[in-house]
Amino acid sequence: MAKKGLDDQEKGLGRREVLECMVWAGTGVLWTISGGVPHSVGLIGEAAAAEPTTGFTFLQMSDSHIGFDKAANPDALATLREAVAKVKAMPTKPSFIVHTGDITHLSKPAEFDNADKVFGETGVQIHWVPGEHDIIDEDRGKAYLERYGKGSKGAGWYSYDDHGVHFIGLVNVVDLKGGGLGNLGAEQLAWLEADLKDKSASTPIVVFSHIPLYVLYKDWGWGTEDGQRALDLLKRFGSVTVLNGHIHQLAQKVEGNMSFHTALSTAFPQPAPGSAPSPGPMVVPADQLRTKLGLSTVTVVQGNKPLAIVDKTLAG
Amino acid sequence: MQTLASRLRLAVARFTPGRAVVVAMLLGPLAGAMLAFGAIAAQEPNEVTIDNFTFGPQELTVPVGTTVKWVNHDDIPHNVVNKDKVFRSKALDTDDSYSFTFASAGTFDYFCGLHPHMQGKIIVK
Repeated sequence: MAKKGLDDQEKGLGRREVLECMVWAGTGVLWTISGGVPHSVGLIGEAAAAEPTTGFTFLQMSDSHIGFDKAANPDALATLREAVAKVKAMPTKPSFIVHTGDITHLSKPAEFDNADKVFGETGVQIHWVPGEHDIIDEDRGKAYLERYGKGSKGAGWYSYDDHGVHFIGLVNVVDLKGGGLGNLGAEQLAWLEADLKDKSASTPIVVFSHIPLYVLYKDWGWGTEDGQRALDLLKRFGSVTVLNGHIHQLAQKVEGNMSFHTALSTAFPQPAPGSAPSPGPMVVPADQLRTKLGLSTVTVVQGNKPLAIVDKTLAG
Repeated sequence: MQTLASRLRLAVARFTPGRAVVVAMLLGPLAGAMLAFGAIAAQEPNEVTIDNFTFGPQELTVPVGTTVKWVNHDDIPHNVVNKDKVFRSKALDTDDSYSFTFASAGTFDYFCGLHPHMQGKIIVK
């Protein structure tokens, strides 16, 4: 079913690098993106049927905000527990979880402790990157690095390989400049360039960070000042999947071989760009909250459908 | 826009600690009722409030020796970071505040270190 949206200029990268992306969102529409052309292929029932049964899967979870207790969700720990219960109930255990930041709301030790306890119940390894809420302890990030920074560089960036896919965790929440957006910095970009240097262009890449690497909405700071420099370093690869959190809503786009995906929060929703006076927590009727929270399953199939992303809300 | 021969202005002020909300109602007697609603955060003279990811007032001029206080009214933490590292607050949770005394004259640009699109300025004369 893969459409030839990517044309033959991508010589040597091969059809198998075409990325498919399926979304199972609150609207119930499954859609797929093949070679940059998004099209709807059916409803939820078919989505379930279309879910690949081979390959390996990993989960993306994000923006748990443990410690948040305001009107938009008085108990962020309870909704994380619900999300973790869904992970535990999955018929196929994911290989690992990628958490794209804002584990806690205020970087307090008790918040990290509570998060660790609930995430620990998954029994699945978790790869973390910090959000801006995880580095607001007195020592500006020390608490995060002590818990999650083992084996990482700088403010917590790293890479690893799994099932032939190269995963890169980037930190874009540190040393932000007035009037600017998220920030990677020269040291991290130099590290990224060196990290990718010897990788073959056919290696599937998954890169994840807290704030979107591309500029999604500048007025609310939803983007990364020097994110394009990271994306430029990734351009030569045949399959690049870019995951982030921060904006607490689903957002996707495809550009060439790059697919961008923003996961839902497990704590509270935020408004669509420009639809409210500020990006602050959005209060929705209590019976709708769980349709706005959730997690993403990413399935990597070796062969002609490398990646599929399925978002599930806590209501489903 | 119609001309109102007479209007009734009713102002209700409700005071909460450090904050006042003023509701103004304008009623036109012939064309039914016209309602205007505005909320103004009255604040102490040397106070900057944070509402909806915005510093208010965005620019504040004070004499040397003034202590300026920032108060966060959002559901999300913010902080106050001077561009030239003269001052930097810890993260301010909802209703937390931070004060800094300006001992010398100058222009002090600052921003939120978590959401750097939020910017403000203190001019000390």
